[in-house]
Amino acid sequence: MGPLTNERSIITPYRRHAPGTQPPAPYEPYKSTVKRSPTKPLIFLPHTLSEVTGPLFGEDAIAENDNDLTRQHPSEPLGERIIVTGRVHDSNGRPVPQALVEIWQANAAGRYRHANDQHPAPLDPNFGGCGRTLTDESGVYRFVTIAPGAYPWFNHYNAWRPRHIHFSLFGRAFLTRLITQMYFPGDPLMPIDPVFNSVPDEKARQRMICKFDLETTQPQWALGYKFDIVLRGPEQTPFET
Amino acid sequence: MDFVPTASQTVGPYFRIGLTEKYSKPGIAGPQAKGERIGLTVRVFDGDGAPVNDSMIEIWQADASGKYQHPDDPQHETADIGCGGFGRMGTDENGRCQFDTIKPGRIPGPGNVLQAPHLNVAIFARGMLKQFYTRIYFAGDSANQQDPVLALVPAERCETLIAQPDPARPASWRFDIHLQGDNETVFFDV
Repeated sequence: MGPLTNERSIITPYRRHAPGTQPPAPYEPYKSTVKRSPTKPLIFLPHTLSEVTGPLFGEDAIAENDNDLTRQHPSEPLGERIIVTGRVHDSNGRPVPQALVEIWQANAAGRYRHANDQHPAPLDPNFGGCGRTLTDESGVYRFVTIAPGAYPWFNHYNAWRPRHIHFSLFGRAFLTRLITQMYFPGDPLMPIDPVFNSVPDEKARQRMICKFDLETTQPQWALGYKFDIVLRGPEQTPFET
Repeated sequence: MDFVPTASQTVGPYFRIGLTEKYSKPGIAGPQAKGERIGLTVRVFDGDGAPVNDSMIEIWQADASGKYQHPDDPQHETADIGCGGFGRMGTDENGRCQFDTIKPGRIPGPGNVLQAPHLNVAIFARGMLKQFYTRIYFAGDSANQQDPVLALVPAERCETLIAQPDPARPASWRFDIHLQGDNETVFFDV
């Protein structure tokens, strides 16, 4: 390796999260967090090349129908067909193109195609429940799927998760990695769900709820929902010529 | 308009169907990658010392000369295309997962200081509302003494960031992650 120049080590740090906008590590109402949260203080890490770089993905990561969960099997799944679309921005408002977006979800009956989900609701032979896509040059992604059902879990007596779709995103850096859940407007289970309510800031919680969108809705075919996602962005907006 | 980053939520118990069943990646560096080939076994334990069998480990690393395959690395044009740098695995019933890669080189740090060879790690699991970040350094590497990030860590906790040679496999390393407890791994506020 050649001599190191100053130029090579100059990096633009990313913005830090504002207080309350992210969940804490231990959150007692969500019981599994108790034994899985660090108890010692995190070490503040000034960003280096290791944090501001990260894996980037291309079209070879995506196969046909990966973004259409209703067309991955011989027949269509049961349930309410929906379109979920939105734009991925960074915290400076810039679109994030070529971001890998991965989703997974329960079927319309509220059952995941996973060996550990044994609750008595039927599996659907025509629904796998996962998809992936890349955002386009404007940061827009789009999935076709079916509305997931609510399902019970064991966190507390009579606990049910509100309907949700899991989202996983890779932005430009390893530190922009985000895994979240998208909720549906008006779901009566949200106010009593410890996972949803783990986010202290009311506005930050509301931003995890998608919006029904008539423009996205296709006549005689599927309801449309909009879900925009914001990833961390660099502290200074790079100068553009 | 205010662009506040979207809040994190747990991967939950069923992430495998979307993330690791079809899209695991044990090979961080391809077979053509330059450098010293190494195996890596990562194990994850909870606060009771029980193996965490439903976590996901993601790794991001530089090539053998310390360059990242990424346009924001000023030397990326000469980075080794054989070393993609990304790996992802779910842990098994023993809380364990294995990767195959090369030992990265030293990476530029603040000022003119070089960082010691390290892997960047993100840990996700049911019961974690957000991912935790840590780093894997290599025991016996003399560069560890000058590493600017290890220098931020209280001396008595540095050991939790150092992988040890794996007696069970040649040219391999093992790294245990303790989410809490006496041996709690150092996690970084990134």
